[in-house]
Amino acid sequence: MRSLLFSILVRPVILFVLGINIRHREKLPGSGPVVIIANHNSHLDTLVLMSLFHGKSFQKVRPVAAGDYFMKNKFLAFFSTKVMNIIPIQRKMTKDIQGMFSPILEALEDDSIIILFPEGSRGEAEQLSRYKSGIYYLMREVPDIDIVPVFLYGLGKALPKGSFIFVPFFVDILVGESFKYNENRKEFMDTLNERMDNLGEEGQFKEW
Amino acid sequence: MNFNVLTDEVLYVLIGIIGILVISTAITLVLKKKNPSHTVDEVMLRIKSWWVMFFIFTFALVIHSTISLIFMGILSFLALKEYFSLIPFNRAHRLVIFWSYIAIPIQFLFIYFEFYGMFIVFIPVYMFLLIPIQAIIVGETKNFLQSVASVQWGLMLMVFGLSHLAYLLVLPGKENSVLGAGLVLFLVVLTQANDVAQFLWGKTLGKRKILPKVSPNKTWAGFFGGVLTTTVLAVLLAPLITPFTLTGSIIAGLYIGLTGFIGDVNISALKRDLNIKDTSAIIPGHGGILDRVDSLTYTAPLFFHFARFFYF
Repeated sequence: MRSLLFSILVRPVILFVLGINIRHREKLPGSGPVVIIANHNSHLDTLVLMSLFHGKSFQKVRPVAAGDYFMKNKFLAFFSTKVMNIIPIQRKMTKDIQGMFSPILEALEDDSIIILFPEGSRGEAEQLSRYKSGIYYLMREVPDIDIVPVFLYGLGKALPKGSFIFVPFFVDILVGESFKYNENRKEFMDTLNERMDNLGEEGQFKEW
Repeated sequence: MNFNVLTDEVLYVLIGIIGILVISTAITLVLKKKNPSHTVDEVMLRIKSWWVMFFIFTFALVIHSTISLIFMGILSFLALKEYFSLIPFNRAHRLVIFWSYIAIPIQFLFIYFEFYGMFIVFIPVYMFLLIPIQAIIVGETKNFLQSVASVQWGLMLMVFGLSHLAYLLVLPGKENSVLGAGLVLFLVVLTQANDVAQFLWGKTLGKRKILPKVSPNKTWAGFFGGVLTTTVLAVLLAPLITPFTLTGSIIAGLYIGLTGFIGDVNISALKRDLNIKDTSAIIPGHGGILDRVDSLTYTAPLFFHFARFFYF
């Protein structure tokens, strides 16, 4: 059902009203377990990232989303779990890190392709807010799994935070080299920031 | 379904195009066997895309005139979307862009109802004067002129300009024959042939650059070769699908050749300013929709008024 919905509705609509320019598609993993991290500017980010996967790998895509927001009411919860197939987690940091991450870890054991937005929340349109170190604590549990950085540009123009009016714009997607967990937290976060910054620079995007 | 559009004459032209596509596909296949190179692969990719574009365009043109209108509206939308995605813009004026998209269905509705007066003034009068209001309401004055001017220029080329292609379909005098579709075919075939001919003449004979700063691949030989080829083609096609006399068709050919070139380098200048090569990657080998319709943004309105002034 979900596959069909994406094939006949979501992908064609995305291609028509938005349009996708993707660079380095070959670096996008075809199968899990893998963690894809991306910058977050719009509610459409997840939908567009998911639409890049087809067939078997599509079934394995699990976006990680804030439980407090996406499970707010029945309808949103239905859409989030049945259509988007999200992994809801609590955004508040607790002492029980393993417990908080356990649904993600379980999904990774099941060879899932995890989509994660380390900024934690949608930033100002097309401005990168600093990445939070939650990703570091998650990867500490699964140090051998690849992290693929993806930079998205354009969706913050199409549907930014705080706006309900959709305006068509092309989406640029840049897929970067994968990297792995590093014990040194500062080094790890620096690598992550650098990868994302480089991808953003490669796009040579105009001021917005 | 309304197949009347497909007169014998239109059919001959379509078959002629298929013939040319078959021949060029065969030539590139032979070239690829003899000495495979990157250029040949590139040309093959382009020809493949020509096939696809030809079938989509033919389908849109011959099934029904309403479908042709919708198709041209979509073309306009895709070109405008590429343009807006490329230009620098003050995000406070985001809604200005939203309203200019709304102009597309309105403009094409005027065409559908054959409301010439509104078709011709809606964008240059109403949209141009209304668009600043949205930016004023938002209250952001930084880059006000840049935002308003960029949107107006985009509307002018991608909506006003391209929609003239659609108005050819509803020109008066189409009752007895199906003049409209013939004129659209004439204009599109000549404009695209002009692009291809300029490229081929430039590659084979081109030496002196015509506009080195704007478009370094364009040469004088390409320009003249293109305009002449287009004129010859115009003389050949005009008796079949247009009401033009011999003099009229020679002038139309020269006019499309010259204005097509200007439309092409006009978008080249924009791309050079923004430091990009292609407007998107939607058509393999060609780039974006805007790369393909660049010449049409000039030829469509200019040819339309030429035809309307002298023949309708």
